Amino acid sequence: MTTQHLDREPLTMDELAAVIARDIPAGSFVNLGIGHPTKIADHLPEDLGVVLHTENGMLGMGPRAEDDAMDADLTNAGKVPVTELPGASYFHHADSFAMMRGGHLDVCVLGAYQVAVTGDIANWHTGRPGDIPAVGGAMDLAIGARNVYAMMTLFTKSGAPKLVPACTYPLTGVGCVSRVYTDFGVFDVGPSGMGLRETYGVTEADLRARLGLWT
Amino acid sequence: MARATVLGTTDEAVAGIEDGSTVLVGGFGLAGMPFDLIDALIRQGAGDLTVVANNAGNGEVGLAALLKAGRVRKMICSFPRQADSYVFDGLYRAGKVELEVVPQGNLAERMRAAGAGIGGFYCPTAVGTPLAENKEVRRIDGRDYLLEYPIRGDYALISADKADPVGNLVYRKTARNFGPVMATAATTTIVQVNEVVELGDLDPDSVITPGIHVDRIVQAETRHYTVQGTR
Repeated sequence: MTTQHLDREPLTMDELAAVIARDIPAGSFVNLGIGHPTKIADHLPEDLGVVLHTENGMLGMGPRAEDDAMDADLTNAGKVPVTELPGASYFHHADSFAMMRGGHLDVCVLGAYQVAVTGDIANWHTGRPGDIPAVGGAMDLAIGARNVYAMMTLFTKSGAPKLVPACTYPLTGVGCVSRVYTDFGVFDVGPSGMGLRETYGVTEADLRARLGLWT
Repeated sequence: MARATVLGTTDEAVAGIEDGSTVLVGGFGLAGMPFDLIDALIRQGAGDLTVVANNAGNGEVGLAALLKAGRVRKMICSFPRQADSYVFDGLYRAGKVELEVVPQGNLAERMRAAGAGIGGFYCPTAVGTPLAENKEVRRIDGRDYLLEYPIRGDYALISADKADPVGNLVYRKTARNFGPVMATAATTTIVQVNEVVELGDLDPDSVITPGIHVDRIVQAETRHYTVQGTR
């Protein structure tokens, strides 16, 4: 069943962040990838009890640090100064990635260049000759959390779909993404096929036609 | 391994590092970067180094300064390309430095394996991606894993908050990052700390790196504190 939100425009990235925040279960341990996903933190109500993990070695990460609260020894994975919340803990990198790889995180939200209907994700390298490859924690995150969501605009600036039958960019992970949140709609993806959960500012039929992914 | 030694200067701390060494350098971006040890290493003169670190330098300080001085033959790191990694970018594009990209968790775990006497391990990260090329794939309980080998260092240069005279270390916040793992993975571990405290002043329950992993300690004379995004 697809819920169509037709009385509005497609979502802004901030609105999309709020939509994702709404779907994060209370008490979850969550890693928010660099870029758009970091906005999701602004939409998680305190009483939801969500604990944020940052892969450089912290659970219980608080909001971005401002002015006097900035501490060079306390940053997030994007190297932005952040704060610590009561109950926070620190650990070294091997423990941090063991926590991730070991399936202890409930949700990870990643930005993406492309996601395939099979759940493959490409988000680390454009593949252009001359571009310096840099993977960071992307591949560990993609296969680590129990639920991996992608957050992206559905189309490139030139209008090409980023939700595709098979990724053309170098892969970050295979079959690991279960849900794709975009400005035009929310999709389930994976080995058992693709489903459309919600649309924003576009009908289900129009979106299916624009993506051309269904027969 | 001999007991740790507290040295008076960073120059003494980095003495003897040979050309061609593999050096593990702590830090995630600038947090935990052993700036003073790197500056001393530049003065010391060792070159043709293989450096293992999460990033490939930021701005022109720390690891970026070592790169700029032309001392690094190869970088093994997870995330070389950043807004302020122009020193590395230029050297790489000019063919003056080799690059091996390793996923961040594998970088940490491969050094952990080296320090823990593990000869290799199977890891699900990067299966099916370009970084799986030439790696053995093993299916275990229905899931594919890649064989990963340890990364060992001749030297580790790390920073911590406090050390006692026998080399026990405590760290501050996310500056801990690779420090405890690198300390175990190198033949000689060299640590710069904000403060060397008296024997007995560290609560043994709070020690993160036990002194057995530490060889040389120096209290840093200066601290180049730079918070990204503030200047």
